[in-house]
Amino acid sequence: MLEKVVIANRGEIALRILRACRELGIRTVALHSTVDRDLKHVRLADETVCIGPPPAAESYLNMPAIISAAEVTDAVAIHPGYGFLSENADFAERVEQSGFIFIGPRPDTIRLMGDKVSAIRAMQEAGVPCVPGPSGSLNDDDQSTLRIAREIGYPVIIKAAGGGGGRGMRVVHSEAALLTTLDLTRSEANAAFGNPTVYMEKYLDHPRHIEIQVLSDTHGHAIHLGERDCSMQRRHQKVIEEAPAPGISTVQRRRIGSICVDACQRIGYRGAGTFEFLYQDGEFYFIEMNTRVQVEHPVTEWITGVDIVKEQLRIAAGQPLSYHQDEIHVRGHALECRLNAEDPDLFTPSPGTITQYHAPGGPGIRVDSHIYNGYRVPPNYDSMIGKLIAHGETREAAIARMRGALAELVVDGIKTNAPLHRRILSDARFLDGGTDIHYLEKQLLAVR
Amino acid sequence: MPTDIRKIKKLIELLETSGIAEIEIKEGEDSVRISRHPQSSASSAPMIMVPPGWATPGYGPPSSGPMPAPVTPAAAPANETETLKGHVLHAPMVGTFYRSASPGSKPFIEIGQHVNIGDPVCIIEAMKMFNQIEADHAGVVTRLLVENGQPVEYDQPLLIIE
Repeated sequence: MLEKVVIANRGEIALRILRACRELGIRTVALHSTVDRDLKHVRLADETVCIGPPPAAESYLNMPAIISAAEVTDAVAIHPGYGFLSENADFAERVEQSGFIFIGPRPDTIRLMGDKVSAIRAMQEAGVPCVPGPSGSLNDDDQSTLRIAREIGYPVIIKAAGGGGGRGMRVVHSEAALLTTLDLTRSEANAAFGNPTVYMEKYLDHPRHIEIQVLSDTHGHAIHLGERDCSMQRRHQKVIEEAPAPGISTVQRRRIGSICVDACQRIGYRGAGTFEFLYQDGEFYFIEMNTRVQVEHPVTEWITGVDIVKEQLRIAAGQPLSYHQDEIHVRGHALECRLNAEDPDLFTPSPGTITQYHAPGGPGIRVDSHIYNGYRVPPNYDSMIGKLIAHGETREAAIARMRGALAELVVDGIKTNAPLHRRILSDARFLDGGTDIHYLEKQLLAVR
Repeated sequence: MPTDIRKIKKLIELLETSGIAEIEIKEGEDSVRISRHPQSSASSAPMIMVPPGWATPGYGPPSSGPMPAPVTPAAAPANETETLKGHVLHAPMVGTFYRSASPGSKPFIEIGQHVNIGDPVCIIEAMKMFNQIEADHAGVVTRLLVENGQPVEYDQPLLIIE
């Protein structure tokens, strides 16, 4: 097993990684910016290194500082968490060139999946169903672009190849708007990602976001851990996630799961990963792959009993997966509410000192959070302060437990989106299940 | 140079976990001998004898216990609760602190030496690159807060200029 791991992240995921390391007897090195000295995981880690001032560019995104910290602490591996440098192929490469293990896929895999056009092409070759559209990027030939759009059929969506996660995309409803939208998306893509390459897909107007979790080791084994439904989103940010996805049958799960496992083996995937799909009218359409552990991994952990972060560490240590596919069963239902330090109505960030924190408890309740009484939420990073996860024998039981947990939760001193979660958890359409990715913004929030 | 410090560290660890009293390693022209002093159990830190010209590692015994150890071991003279008077030069990056440009060469500064803004005072090595750190204040160097070869973190106090 790895002797010492550098945790190159912050907040709740850093704490999650620390806990998994502790369970496996791995010594931990917590890297932090000057303003993050009092993070819970920093206080608990075996060693700590301050790597920079508050701005992420000079700390959590600072590759030399992170690798240097690994050097001076004589660490063996680096866990990048999610966000920050976790899907930066250059970082993964530099980590490996510096003699450390990068806990995640190989750099060329990250690169392949980071370019959305090459990812789709690789998936098509692997037999993964994708959104209708040409597998290449759009060139300068406007006539060709118009023809492609006609073949796909309007509405279409133009996406930046270097984007992802909802960024750098625009919908076109009719031919009249196509070319101007194309120009606009290209310049935005160039400004935001340094890459003006765009591609086109059919626009699905009422899809659900359903993703498949996979684990793949260095011995040629890969398994899937079922699906998650992350349709409850606002501005492409997930708000509530659940597993399994309401209405998906065991047959469907097995089929799409084994397609993903095949693709993993074909591309030689290493570590934990997630295949993201849009699901509409009974069909799955691949949109992108996330080559890291995800925020919502706990709901999968609840329903399968697999500790995904421990598996990441085991895979990085060269061990085979702890489970065969036939040992993975979906049991019960799990929900996760992302808790953010933000105004529940305006969604503006609300940093500050937490004067009173009381975590809920009871059967089937898990709280993944780094906050504590007196903790000061800094303004420099994203607003997520924790995740509330509830598990039950059925979806109704999980919802009832989550409602109870939200009623017990106390976070004073800052504003949180707990009121929004309470609203969603009592919404009739949510209780029915199966709402699409537009539901939260266009319907629930639009009604006042 | 930095890999040698890591090697020495590993040798120290090896010595401590085994029953060996002394290790000597020769690599071409270079050699290092580490021996355990036959003392009371209170002193568990092995003595390190290195040929002149090598950087002396500033590593103390590994800290144990529940408190997290910041990467800088207690070898530094400044204790945590002390307020440092004068202008403190902080480390602008993570790495290994060296007093001179190369082993055996003259240190950039000595205690009592006057420096102007921009004068090189030390090196911080990170990822095999040697970064010259400059004085950000004019005055006399009155204290060194870290030792040659010691790992330092961002913002760590390095020396005092008054």
